[in-house]
Amino acid sequence: MRKPPPVRRLTGNEGYAPRVEVAPPPSEVSARTAGQNGNGHRPSSAFAAPSSRTTRGTSIAIERMQVEELSVTYGSKPAVKSVSLPIRQGEVLALIGPSGCGKTTLLRSLNRLTELTRGASASGRITLDGVDIASMEPTALRRRVTMVFQQPNPFPMSVFDNVAYVLREQASRRPRRAAVRGAVHEALARAGLLDEVADNLGHPALRLSGGQQQRLCIARALAAYPEVLLLDEPCSALDPQSTRLIEELITKLREDVAVVIVTHNLQQAYRIADYVAFMYLGELVEYGSAQKMFGAPRQSRTREYVSGAFG
Amino acid sequence: MTAAPARRPDRSTASWRLSDRLGLGLAWLLGLLFCAIAAAIVIYFLVEGIRYLRPNLLVTNPAAASSESQSGGFLDPLLGTLIVGAMAMAIAVPVGIGIAVWLSEFGRPTGLARVAESSIEMLAGEPSVVLALFGTILFTAPALGFLSQTTHGVVLGQSFFATAALLSLVGLPLVVASTREGLQAIPSHVREASYAVGKTKIATTRRVLLPAARPSVVTGTMLGLGRVISDTAIVLLLLGGTLTFSTANSTPVLGLLRGTGDTLTGYIYYNAPTGDGNQPSKAYAATFVLLLMVLALNLGVDFVLSRSRKAVTWR
Amino acid sequence: MDEDPFLERGNSISQDQRAELGLGALVFVVVALLLAMLVFVFHEAWPSFAHNGLGWFGGGGNVDNQIQAIFNSGEYKTAPVYTFHAWPLIWSTLLITIGAVAIAFVSALFIAVFMVEFAPPWLRRILEPVVRLLASVPSVIYGLAGVLVLVPFIGNHLIAQSEKASVTPTIQLSGSSLLAAVLILTVMIAPIMIAIFADGLRAVPRGWLEGSLALGINQWRTFWKVAVRTARPVLVAGTVLATARALGEAIMVSMVSGGVGFAPNPVDGLIFFFEPSQPLAATIIRNTEGLSSPPMKHTLYAIAAVLLFSSAMLSVIGWATKQPMRRYGMVP
Repeated sequence: MRKPPPVRRLTGNEGYAPRVEVAPPPSEVSARTAGQNGNGHRPSSAFAAPSSRTTRGTSIAIERMQVEELSVTYGSKPAVKSVSLPIRQGEVLALIGPSGCGKTTLLRSLNRLTELTRGASASGRITLDGVDIASMEPTALRRRVTMVFQQPNPFPMSVFDNVAYVLREQASRRPRRAAVRGAVHEALARAGLLDEVADNLGHPALRLSGGQQQRLCIARALAAYPEVLLLDEPCSALDPQSTRLIEELITKLREDVAVVIVTHNLQQAYRIADYVAFMYLGELVEYGSAQKMFGAPRQSRTREYVSGAFG
Repeated sequence: MTAAPARRPDRSTASWRLSDRLGLGLAWLLGLLFCAIAAAIVIYFLVEGIRYLRPNLLVTNPAAASSESQSGGFLDPLLGTLIVGAMAMAIAVPVGIGIAVWLSEFGRPTGLARVAESSIEMLAGEPSVVLALFGTILFTAPALGFLSQTTHGVVLGQSFFATAALLSLVGLPLVVASTREGLQAIPSHVREASYAVGKTKIATTRRVLLPAARPSVVTGTMLGLGRVISDTAIVLLLLGGTLTFSTANSTPVLGLLRGTGDTLTGYIYYNAPTGDGNQPSKAYAATFVLLLMVLALNLGVDFVLSRSRKAVTWR
Repeated sequence: MDEDPFLERGNSISQDQRAELGLGALVFVVVALLLAMLVFVFHEAWPSFAHNGLGWFGGGGNVDNQIQAIFNSGEYKTAPVYTFHAWPLIWSTLLITIGAVAIAFVSALFIAVFMVEFAPPWLRRILEPVVRLLASVPSVIYGLAGVLVLVPFIGNHLIAQSEKASVTPTIQLSGSSLLAAVLILTVMIAPIMIAIFADGLRAVPRGWLEGSLALGINQWRTFWKVAVRTARPVLVAGTVLATARALGEAIMVSMVSGGVGFAPNPVDGLIFFFEPSQPLAATIIRNTEGLSSPPMKHTLYAIAAVLLFSSAMLSVIGWATKQPMRRYGMVP
């Protein structure tokens, strides 16, 4: 088996990627209680911040993917209208918005999963490290941009086989167990699951708890050293304890992979996102750093959504 | 809006491993081969059946003769198929529902339940020749002589009753399996709701569960009927193989059912080149009719399933 | 005191008890009947086994002659003859059944994969009902097609005259042969297997397939490694079912297999495929007129007992192979 490529920590000295300096955020957003915004009162502009942000912010963020004027339609219904935004390693991008706003479609366009739906068509451009993803092999693209789904979907195999799956199937000859063991352990460690399953990697994956299964799916996605990790509401089916574990995990991972997370849970976005994109009815209403979006959003609709006037 | 660049379609296989491409190629090859063979079979029987099927064949009785024009039609065998089908399912359906209800709703003692499940499964896989042979012992016993004819003190053991009895065993596992599936698909909150208003288990079953499982019961019945009318071995051994009905006595219905006869399957076997009659043209015609019956049953199953899917959702 | 209007007519507890007893009795009777059938068949078979011992399964002598002798001894009331060495019949059964199941399994698996995942939608819509229809065609009809089309084709086009001449002293090569039996049996059981496999493949949760695709595995590999692997219990169940059907198929096979108790010999080279044969189930059908002769009856029951035992063993094997798969969540 080919040795897996080393984790690519971009230093920002590559020629093509613009370097964006991101200032570390202030220690806490002021925690004002959610204003009287029910029943037609003027919504308050502050987002109710029940807990402090868990992210610390990194000092450099390297642009990995660029979405340019992307529009996706299913049949005749437009799902995403002319969206442009950057995706950077070193930060977590949260896509928020009410249901049906197109955030999941946008996410799935990033690894071309939308093509699997019949009747889907897209225009615009998405680039990965400067290369248009439409010109790549879909399988090659999806190994660099992996996805974790809302419902944990581990395969009906053992924990070890689940994580080793990608490594075995990508290689031209099936690697021996010893060859993949190191990579499997590392992926499980990065996903924070190694301690819990280390004593029995042959345990059937479907017998794990929901939170463990989701972390297994994350480990499985990480096993091939992807460059971008897409998460589609990964914690919506999980209990708060597992949610907290996965959020901590995401925060640790963003150094190595660019993370894009779709979430309808505003508190979660507040806790872990560095940048937030708010979408409504297929359009990108506003994009900005998390402090700005939650503290002082420019668009009124963003303000309304963030303060809970609609959802 | 920028123009969309040339897109590699998601289905291009250029980068796949050789074994993957071979696998896909083999799937396509076998799939198309299967289409060709299936088309050949269907067209063959269609063409030959239409060529040889005349309306008068359906209403004349067969006669033992060696020429095509004199060997008659297959009225009695056709009626024979309908009779054994109806009789066999008349036994298999109530018994099958009863067994399925017991297994699904009651099921104690568990020892009996497990033995019952295993025996029904074993019955499903059992060759019908074995069932037929068993039938010959069973129905030649003097105690069961009333179900067939007795000549010179020797019980013949071949009659419609005997055939239907063994054929019901052929259809039984399908009715049981299908009904059980239908009952088990009903979520427990439906049962609990019924018990909560004080209904007994048996009343719940009769009034709530079975009506809800009706599509499954009907499907199982049609599948069972399909197996029953397709069987030849039991018919050969237990129906006597007389080309026309040979009634036991002059009582209108009982005489017929105690007597011997034939079914379409037996008739086809008889008229194949390997059989005594050797009238392939008649065999083709009968084949066509039998295939129409099987097709009708299949369409019936599809119809019931599609309707049931639209009707009920257990929210 | 008025009767409580909410009580069911009759004590509700005893109503259930009576129903349970009634239905339980029904189940008991049916099970007893099935077990009685087992007992009866083995009881009737016993004289033949007792007389021949393990040699029943072995070879030795011309089995057709043995059958004739058995029949005669009963028919003409001479001392009963039970000598019977069924090896040629058993060998034929093994060849035909295993041959047909092997070919049908591989074909059915790929065709089911094709039908469920890779066929264009219009083709899928045609194939699915066609498969179901073919699976319900009565076996005698396949036998008819076999006799009228396949056997003459093999006899006239596949077997050379020289080959026929070379074996004339021993057997007749007429097209009714091992090959015909295997082919026709394959055609019969393949649609059944395809239908069962396709159901199993369709039941695989799409989330697993999507998850595999999203990891960058191509469509064929995804389907093969995830769906087919998940559907393994269904594959086993379908194969067991088809094997049982193939084993017990008497009518159709008797029409095309040649009716001669000859053990096809692989050493014969190509002619091996064209040699006539007669598996166990077909033997019963061919000799049903002999049921009136008691030794014949016992011999036929002995054959039935072997078939009964084999199909029961198949069910057990099917059950046993499912157990390890339960562990990984593939079988509920």
